[in-house]
Amino acid sequence: MAATAVSAVNGLSRALGRGSGTVAGGRAGLLLDPSLLATLAGDRTVALVSGTNGKTTTTRLLVAAADGSPGTVVTNDTGANMPAGHVAALAEAPGAGLAVLEVDEGYLGRLVEETRPAVVVLLNLSRDQLDRIAEVRMLVDRWRGALAGLAPADRGPGTVVVANADDPMVVWAALPAPEVRWVGAGQVWHDDAVGCPACGGRIAFADDGAWACDRCGFARPDRDAWLDGDDLVLADGARHRIRLALPGRFNRANAAMVAVAATPLLAAAGRPAGPAAVLDRLSGVTEVAGRFATVTVGGRPVRMLLAKNPAGWTAIFDLLEETSAPGTAVVCSVNARTADGLDTSWLWDVPFERLAGRPVVATGDRRLDVGVRLRYAEVPHAVVADPRDALLHALAGPGAGDGVECLANYTAFDDLRRRR
Amino acid sequence: MSAPRLTVAVVYPDLLGTYGDGGNGLVLARRAAWRHVEVELVSATSDRPLPRADLYTVGGGEDGPQVRAAIGLAEDGTLADAVAEGAVVLGVCAGYQLLGRAFPDSADRPHDGLGLLDVTTRKGTGRRAVGELVAAVADAGPRLPGGGGLPRLTGFENHGGVSVVGPGARPLARVERGVGNGGGDGTEGAWSGRVIGTYLHGPVLARNTALADLLLAWALTPPGAAPEDEARLAPLDDHEELALRAERLEAVGGARDGGRWARVAARLPRRC
Repeated sequence: MAATAVSAVNGLSRALGRGSGTVAGGRAGLLLDPSLLATLAGDRTVALVSGTNGKTTTTRLLVAAADGSPGTVVTNDTGANMPAGHVAALAEAPGAGLAVLEVDEGYLGRLVEETRPAVVVLLNLSRDQLDRIAEVRMLVDRWRGALAGLAPADRGPGTVVVANADDPMVVWAALPAPEVRWVGAGQVWHDDAVGCPACGGRIAFADDGAWACDRCGFARPDRDAWLDGDDLVLADGARHRIRLALPGRFNRANAAMVAVAATPLLAAAGRPAGPAAVLDRLSGVTEVAGRFATVTVGGRPVRMLLAKNPAGWTAIFDLLEETSAPGTAVVCSVNARTADGLDTSWLWDVPFERLAGRPVVATGDRRLDVGVRLRYAEVPHAVVADPRDALLHALAGPGAGDGVECLANYTAFDDLRRRR
Repeated sequence: MSAPRLTVAVVYPDLLGTYGDGGNGLVLARRAAWRHVEVELVSATSDRPLPRADLYTVGGGEDGPQVRAAIGLAEDGTLADAVAEGAVVLGVCAGYQLLGRAFPDSADRPHDGLGLLDVTTRKGTGRRAVGELVAAVADAGPRLPGGGGLPRLTGFENHGGVSVVGPGARPLARVERGVGNGGGDGTEGAWSGRVIGTYLHGPVLARNTALADLLLAWALTPPGAAPEDEARLAPLDDHEELALRAERLEAVGGARDGGRWARVAARLPRRC
């Protein structure tokens, strides 16, 4: 009954033009039946993907890895990654035996409990939305508590946790889980993981990504797989080339996580595939909800890149160094609305100094904050109020021969997508 | 005469680096360098002795690291020694609280602060203070070289603590929008000698360049110097900072205090 209500409210919400209806229907359904999520998950094979950065892309890649025929795989690809969004997605696809769900970090425990997942993918944890999201350490403890109660996969329908071995916070959370595949996926942001979660000591990071606490012996676990340049390397020595249409090292890292996660997931779903076959299926993904897409503005190319927090911006700067010609112009659009977090102080944790040598245009609601940050980074820049005008300004200036790069945080990105 | 020299230390960024307050150190260093002061910006992590510096900034952080920072700084002793010899200190949020006499730990037990400001912080009973804050610098607030007062302060506060300023210190400012110290007297921050504490993030010195320049002038002036010997800083082209200030003050002028986000945030865990 409640599941029918979800579809009804979703349809009504869409008909009224109040958005895609994903959250409204889910909320209504959960009000009618608080156990609806568990009911809808039922005996589907479920994968959960969580972390501060990369969860939407990794979820999309894991769906591609599943390579299901239409109607057999369900996912929440609208960005609604809390229980109401999961309920809405599941209710709309009653026949899909495989569910790949992106999960907000704060809801992982509830999703684990209610969906009894076959696979949980844990990417990374770092600071995000200073004014409203719980501290990193509190999230880690909640994850740890949730994962400690999992049943192992070798005793009936259990859970395999696929965890980033290079992030000490993720490792601390995943350690008590009965079955973990450790993937060396790299970590661009260490500043939230300096204090040892086990003993309060100090974690030291080596250049090769290895890390250890100087006091208690908490250290990077032996890895089952890791990213080495363009290759996924398995502990048995096998190497698989990762060929993606998506750019950048962090997307290869996401693909490495997916390659390891897909094996137990697809085995649980009754259609096994190995890492090589899985990696082949990922190359067809060219964008994820507009991210990494090249769009045209005023007839000229603009690459759209989403970055929401210091770790995300740092990863995007890595991507620019890897894939964008030196001197290519960059537009930075930043808002501080509800979904972005209201406090812009995080801009000072972002190494904007790395944009030196590129023409930069600041825009978005909080362009003046970006401008001041760039001034103290000693990066020359222009400030343009309207985001589209900012793109045109950059396209008309130096460093735009092959188009420009557009970096935007959450609502700023949405604005640009809708207004182009 | 050789160029003046200055060392700016960001204190324990590995513990008190959650809120972008490290930007205060960058603002100070750049504004000094732009005036041809030979400046060294030190990231003073908690795994080694605190270096001697002319100007220290102490940022905001979570409860556990705040306690560890207070213990570390007390055992190290350098910060108190430096203040006794005229060093300048800016503490923000958790950093402000730990400069005081006591602050609540994660279990809400009082923990000893460094006692560099006569301020006592306890856990608040009301809603957590989250949002834009505007405060007019008190008449008894610090004066700029030449005797002028500081313009209004603007920033973003995010704290559950309530701070009471004792007789050994003075409030920094009077709240116009937001919560500030939260003890019912309408004050924000505190100061004493060359030590200033505030709840303002943003970072505060990026939005309030006059406060940055006041700290620099203090740091470049020997303690006990006559007013005519106080360091005077050449003006900088601050049009971007002034535009940001104006925009933030305007944004707050159009909004009511408290509101939806303060209520949502009141349900979240305490950070500092």
